[in-house]
Amino acid sequence: MTTLAYTLSDSRVMLRRNLKHQLRYPSMTVMLIGLPVVLLLLFVYVFGGQLGAGLGVHEGRSAYLDYVVPGLLLVTVASAIQGTSIMVAMDMTGGIIDRFRTMAIARASVLTGHVLGSLIQTLIAIAVLFGVAFGLGFRSAAGPLDWLAAVGIVALFAFALIWLAVALGLAAKSVETASNTPMILFLLVFLSSGFVSTATMPAGLRQFAEYQPFTPVADTVRGLLTGTAIGDSAIAAIAWSIGIAVVAYLWAIRLYNRRRAAEPM
Amino acid sequence: MTSVSAATGIVAQDVCKSFGDHLVLDKVSLTIAEGTILALLGPNGAGKTTMVRILSTLIPADSGSMRVAGHDVVTDPDGVRAVIGVTGQFSAVDNLLTGAENLQLMADLRHLDRGTGRRRVAELLEQFDLADAAHKLLSTYSGGMRRRLDLAMTLVDRPRVIFLDEPTTGLDPRSRRTMWQIIRELARTGVTVLLTTQHLDEADHLADRIAVLDQGRIVAEGTPAELKSRIPGGHVRLHFADANLLHSASELLRVPAPNRDQLVLQVPADGTVDSLRALLDELHEAGISVERFTLHTPDLDDVFFAVTGSHVTAQLHTHPAPRAPEGALLS
Repeated sequence: MTTLAYTLSDSRVMLRRNLKHQLRYPSMTVMLIGLPVVLLLLFVYVFGGQLGAGLGVHEGRSAYLDYVVPGLLLVTVASAIQGTSIMVAMDMTGGIIDRFRTMAIARASVLTGHVLGSLIQTLIAIAVLFGVAFGLGFRSAAGPLDWLAAVGIVALFAFALIWLAVALGLAAKSVETASNTPMILFLLVFLSSGFVSTATMPAGLRQFAEYQPFTPVADTVRGLLTGTAIGDSAIAAIAWSIGIAVVAYLWAIRLYNRRRAAEPM
Repeated sequence: MTSVSAATGIVAQDVCKSFGDHLVLDKVSLTIAEGTILALLGPNGAGKTTMVRILSTLIPADSGSMRVAGHDVVTDPDGVRAVIGVTGQFSAVDNLLTGAENLQLMADLRHLDRGTGRRRVAELLEQFDLADAAHKLLSTYSGGMRRRLDLAMTLVDRPRVIFLDEPTTGLDPRSRRTMWQIIRELARTGVTVLLTTQHLDEADHLADRIAVLDQGRIVAEGTPAELKSRIPGGHVRLHFADANLLHSASELLRVPAPNRDQLVLQVPADGTVDSLRALLDELHEAGISVERFTLHTPDLDDVFFAVTGSHVTAQLHTHPAPRAPEGALLS
């Protein structure tokens, strides 16, 4: 086999291992997939009446459901990467990583296994969220290409944030830290156009919300699914995703190669 | 390189390693011939684990040259990784998988083909007495089972060199015996073993050669017998009923009684029946009755004490043995 074939084979083995982990650690998997669903119900049925009235249309609650689905897609991503960070940290603080390091396996495969595993988990969580949203009455006039583009944008953004979560998991000294740090990303979803229009926010916060990566992703997905204006959000979303992915990837590889090298005894 | 067989075992020369300004390994040199077991013996913090981590490519040395099974550790780490197996101090198993899945994971990462991998997994489960628990999650495994699985995972691809970092730490006596048996069997089949331990009896039982590491330096090296022979003879401890008898015996044998409260006299002896009979006859003829005696033959405790001058490690030993007097030790 060639080096590339080994890398692919090793990554596949690691992916299978991570998918098994998700099945064996169901409490976390269910929590990560369930949280966006619970928030969806909360935002539609508890806050939806009043927030929907602010949209200035008839049938505010169902209009708000259409509005908020992209926001909850981002919640899904932010929720899933918390699992990534925890799983990576669990691996790094356990003994098994040293075993992998003393074997002639493709170095990056440990990390790519985590990334691909998390990506699959995120896509499943997104499918579940859409299923519930449709059940609640979410309707989209989008064609197959728009759907593909919408899921593609979310997946690309998820890919970028998963690498960031991998880096955070590697940087964390303990599993607890690894589980807490990604909470900041969770907060960014609320400080974006995911739940309310940035136009309703006070100056300062509004500028922040408009220029942070979650907003263009939310606006692009919303445009593709419900036909609102996209403008240059799509380009911004893709640029943010690629930028975050590259920086996070390089950071993660650096941390992975350096980790433990300086640890005494 | 000192011999042909050493070229395929482990050869390390002048290995140095510091963490910050703390020198952990100070010009450590080791040669392990193929198919033999070397025990790296030393107290906590002596640098044993660091040496294993360096030789198994986990961390770089600051200087020195190292070859494992003919591969240079610095320039060809993947060549080394392809032929070694490492069982560290902390169990390197995947807790969210079953025993069989853990072994299969190793078979897949070693790129064994499907059939070979399956057969090897079944074989190891059988050999390590894990067949019944093969499909149970590791959370149900006992400490001994985890250790056995850990070692089985190391052996999936039949490595030519294995590193065992304190392989029996935390095991009960029975599991420990089983582990010893497995390790000896490995060496018999031509595997080169570098074993670290703080148990002197473990090194004595398993190793062809022992290297004593203390504060980053090899302070003694040789076969267990060679190391023991470096201590001149053993001694007899004579126990007396009262201080008068002790005093008389002390004068007769011209041996100072170091501690009058204990009523014990320590007499150098080589352990032969004749010398013992002569000693007891001499005491009998002088009318000095001895309550009882204990015979102490030198063991690795004495060697360790002699070469490191440290008592600390004696506490780690499973059965505390009486010590030879200072004067009888290797200088």
